Amino acid sequence: MSGPHWRSMLAVVLAISLFAVACGGSDDDVVESADTTEAAEADAPAEAEADEPEPEFEEEAGGDFLLRPENVPTDDQRGGIVVLGYSGAIPHSNGAVGSGYAVNTVGAQVNASLLRYNDDYQPVPYLASSWAIADDGLSVAIELNAEARFHDGEDVTCTDVGFSIETSQANHPFKPMFAPVTGVDGGDTKSCTINLSQPHPALLIAFSPGLLPIIPEHIFNDGQEMKTHPRNTTDIIGAGPFKITEFDSSEIVRFVANDDFFLPGLPYLDELIFDLVPDQATVTLGLQTGDYDIAGGNDHGGQIILDAQADDNLRVSAKGFEAIGSIPWIQLNMRDEALSDVRVRQALAYAIDKEAYNDIIAVGLNNTAQCGPIQRSSPYYNPEGKCYDFDLEKAQALMDEAGYGDGLELTFNQAQGSVPRMELITEMWAEIGVTVEIELDADFPDWAGKVTAEDSSYQATWTTLWNWGDPVIGVNRSYNCNNRVAGVPFSNMSWYCNEELDGILDAAGLEFDEGKRAALYYEAADIINEEVPVIFLSNQVWYTRMQTNLENPPESIWGFMDSWAEMWVS
Amino acid sequence: MKQIAARIVQAFGLVLAVIILNFLLVHLAPGDAVDALAGQGENSAETTAQLREQYGLDKPVTTQLATYIGNVLQGDLGVSIANNNQPVTELIGERIWPTILLSITALAFAIILGVFVGTLAARKPESGFSHGTTIFALVGFAMPAFWTGYLLLILFSVKLGWLPVGGMEDLRFKGGWFAKQWDLLQHLLMPALALGLIYIAAYSRLTRASMLEVLESDYVRTARAKGLGERSVLFKHALRNGVIPIVTVMGLQFGAILSGAILVETVFAWPGVGRLAFEAVVERDTNVLLGVLFLISTAVILANLLTDIVYRFIDPRIRVAGSNDG
Repeated sequence: MSGPHWRSMLAVVLAISLFAVACGGSDDDVVESADTTEAAEADAPAEAEADEPEPEFEEEAGGDFLLRPENVPTDDQRGGIVVLGYSGAIPHSNGAVGSGYAVNTVGAQVNASLLRYNDDYQPVPYLASSWAIADDGLSVAIELNAEARFHDGEDVTCTDVGFSIETSQANHPFKPMFAPVTGVDGGDTKSCTINLSQPHPALLIAFSPGLLPIIPEHIFNDGQEMKTHPRNTTDIIGAGPFKITEFDSSEIVRFVANDDFFLPGLPYLDELIFDLVPDQATVTLGLQTGDYDIAGGNDHGGQIILDAQADDNLRVSAKGFEAIGSIPWIQLNMRDEALSDVRVRQALAYAIDKEAYNDIIAVGLNNTAQCGPIQRSSPYYNPEGKCYDFDLEKAQALMDEAGYGDGLELTFNQAQGSVPRMELITEMWAEIGVTVEIELDADFPDWAGKVTAEDSSYQATWTTLWNWGDPVIGVNRSYNCNNRVAGVPFSNMSWYCNEELDGILDAAGLEFDEGKRAALYYEAADIINEEVPVIFLSNQVWYTRMQTNLENPPESIWGFMDSWAEMWVS
Repeated sequence: MKQIAARIVQAFGLVLAVIILNFLLVHLAPGDAVDALAGQGENSAETTAQLREQYGLDKPVTTQLATYIGNVLQGDLGVSIANNNQPVTELIGERIWPTILLSITALAFAIILGVFVGTLAARKPESGFSHGTTIFALVGFAMPAFWTGYLLLILFSVKLGWLPVGGMEDLRFKGGWFAKQWDLLQHLLMPALALGLIYIAAYSRLTRASMLEVLESDYVRTARAKGLGERSVLFKHALRNGVIPIVTVMGLQFGAILSGAILVETVFAWPGVGRLAFEAVVERDTNVLLGVLFLISTAVILANLLTDIVYRFIDPRIRVAGSNDG
C-alpha cells in the first residue's frame, strides 16, 4: 500500500471512530425541555387601558426571607468553599432566555428573582419585599427590596423587572409564563405594578429564581441579540448572592460571595465552585474522595444512588426538585390506527406493572404513586385520581373488545440508552399479545426528529416531561389541541385533542381560588387518565448526594435551581 | 526538492480531502446542533427555524460545505453553538496546550519506560523478567485506555487517596508557583500513564525484539570481546541501533496518541481538545467537532510529511527509490 493511500485510510478511520462515538447516546442525556404553545401566542397581551381606574389590592403578602431560619450558622461557622461536581456543560448564565436546568442552577446564584418558594409552595420574599394581587386579578403590585443592587452597584428597579419580563416573553420557550403581562409600571423606582390582560394565577410561581431572573437593563438593553449576548458568559452582572469570577461553559464556574447582597447575613459561604466534567463517573469518584461536596439533580442513575446510600461518608437526600416534577411516561401516537382506539391505550396502561418497572429500572427509587399529569407533591395533584393498576385480565378484555385479541404489532422508537426500559415493557405487553419491535434512534436529535415529524408514524416512545411548578407552564403543553406542533419536542407529541379538556385547563389557568383551581385540575386529570394519550410510569425522585457536613443543601421545591445562599459547611 | 514540493502538494490535497470527508460524515448523522439545543429547552418552532437560518443549517449540504471550505481556507473554523458563539479557533487555542502537555508526557513515559523495560528484557530473553514483559505488553495492548484510567482512579484516588480524581488543578488550591507545579504534576500523572500505557507496552515489545537482533550483531560481540562492561555494551553500543524502529513508529503514532486523548481526557476531566471533541459530539456542536478533526488530521499529515522529509535527508536509499517512483 502506498503512502498517500495509507494516510487517507488513517484519516478515514479517525473520522469514523469519532462518528461512532457520536452515535453512542444515552437516555440520561435526554434532558426535559420547554413548552411553546400557540395558545400562548393567541393570548398575546393586549394594550392596557390608559384611563383604567386604580385597582384594589388584596392584603399584602411578605415576611421572612429565609427558607431555613432554624439552621443558621454561627459567625465561626460562616465561610468556606463548596464544590459541586456536575457532568455536562453550562452554556450561559441567563435563565431569562432559556429553560435549561444547568443554566438556571448558575443563574439562581448570580441573579436574584422576585420571589422564592418554601416547601409548602408558598412564596417567600426575595427581591420583592411585598406583593399584592388586585381584586380583579389584572395587576400585581410589587415593592422591591430597598437595598437591592446589582453587582456593579446599580439599583434594581421596576425598569429591570419590566425588561426581564420582556426578555423572557421574547426569548424564553415557556411562553405561557408571562403571556398575559402587558407591561410593568414604576420606571426607575422600587414600587412596581405588573399589568395583565387576564387573571394569571401562575404568575407568582413564574417569579421563581429558575424562571425569571431579574437581569440588569442597563447592561443588556444595548440592541444585541439576547440569546447570544456576550454578557451572558463574560463579566456577568446580577443581583444574586454570588458573583461570578470565572465562567468557562464546559469547564468551571467560580463564584465568590456578594458582600453587598441585599439580604442581611447572606450568603453564608465564601466561595462556590461548579466543576463541569464530561463523565458522571468522575463526579461519583470525586464525591468519594471528598473533592466534591455535592452532586445531584438528574446527574446520576439509580445504582449510583444506592451506592451513595451505602457510603457512610455521604448523605443522600430525596428532598428537593419537587416543583420540577419529573414524570417518565410512555407517549402514544394517536394518529396511529390501532392507538387511536382508547381501549387499546387503556389496555396497554393496564398491562404495565409499574411496581416491577420501578423496582427493575429505577432500582426502587422512584415514586410509583403517579397517576396523572400533575406531579404528586403539587397542590393540584389528586391522590384519589384514577390509576391503571396492573391488571392483565382487564387489559386482555379491552384488547379483545377493540378487535386486537389475536395480537397487535407495535414499534417503539427509542434512543439507545433507554433499551432496558423498552425490553421490560416489551415483555409486559407480550402478555396481552402485543409484539413490540424496538427501533433504536442514535441520540436525542435523531429521536426528536422522528417523533415530532409532520405526520410522524411513530407509535410509542418513552420520554420524561417536567411540570415546571405550575400546570400552566409545564402540563398544558402536552395536551392542548393547539400545541400539536410538528418539529417541536415536548409539545403535544401524542397529537391528542379534547376541546372540553382545553376549556377546563384554560379555566384553571384563570382561577385564583386555590380550591376551585385544584378541582378543575382534578377534573382535567380524570379526562387525561380516561383517554390515556400517555401512560404515566412514576414520579421521578431527584436525589442529591453530598458530604455529611453540608448544611442547608438545595432541597427546596426548585432544588438546585434556587439560591444556595443559605448553604454552609459544618 | 521537487519531490519534497510534490509531497507538500499531496499533503495539502489530503488535508482538503479530509475536510470534505469529515464534513460529509458529520452531516450524515441525523439531527444537528439546533436539535440538540431542543433537549435543553430551546425548542420553540420559531426559535428553531431562526437558529437554523442564523447558522446556515437551513441551506443544502453542498452550499454549507462550500462555505465551510472557504472559511477554513481563511482560517475561520466557525463558531461554537454550544459555547455562546465562541470562535472555534479560540476554543481550540485554549485547549491545545493541555493536550500537548498530556501527549508529550504520555509519549515520554512510553519511550523511557518502554525502551528501558524492553532493553532489560532483551538482555536475558528467557528470564522471568523477559516473560513478564511479554505478558505486560499483552495486557497493556488489550486494555482500552479509558478502562486503564478507571482502574488507576479507583486504586490511586479512591483506595489510596494519593492522587486527585480529575482536572488539571485542585479547585480549592491557594499557593505559590512551585506548589502549583506540584499540584499540576499530581493531576498529570494518571492521565499520562493511562494514555501512555499502551505505548509503553508497544515500545517495550518492539525494543525487546530489536535489541535481541542487535545483540547478536558482530559489533556487539566485538565490544564484549574488548572487555567492555555489560551495561556499556547494552546502553552505549546496542541501544543506539536498537531504538531506530521506535523512532520510526513514534512519528506514525503521534496521531493515535492525539485521538487516544479523547477518551483519556474525558475520563480524567482533563481540559484538552480531546475532551472538547467529546463534548462537541454530545452537543452536536458540528463546527467544534470538525475543528478538532481538522486539527488532528492536519497534525497526522504533517507528522508523516516531516517523517518523509527527514528520511530523505537521513537515508539516501529512500531518495533514490523516490526518484525511481517518480
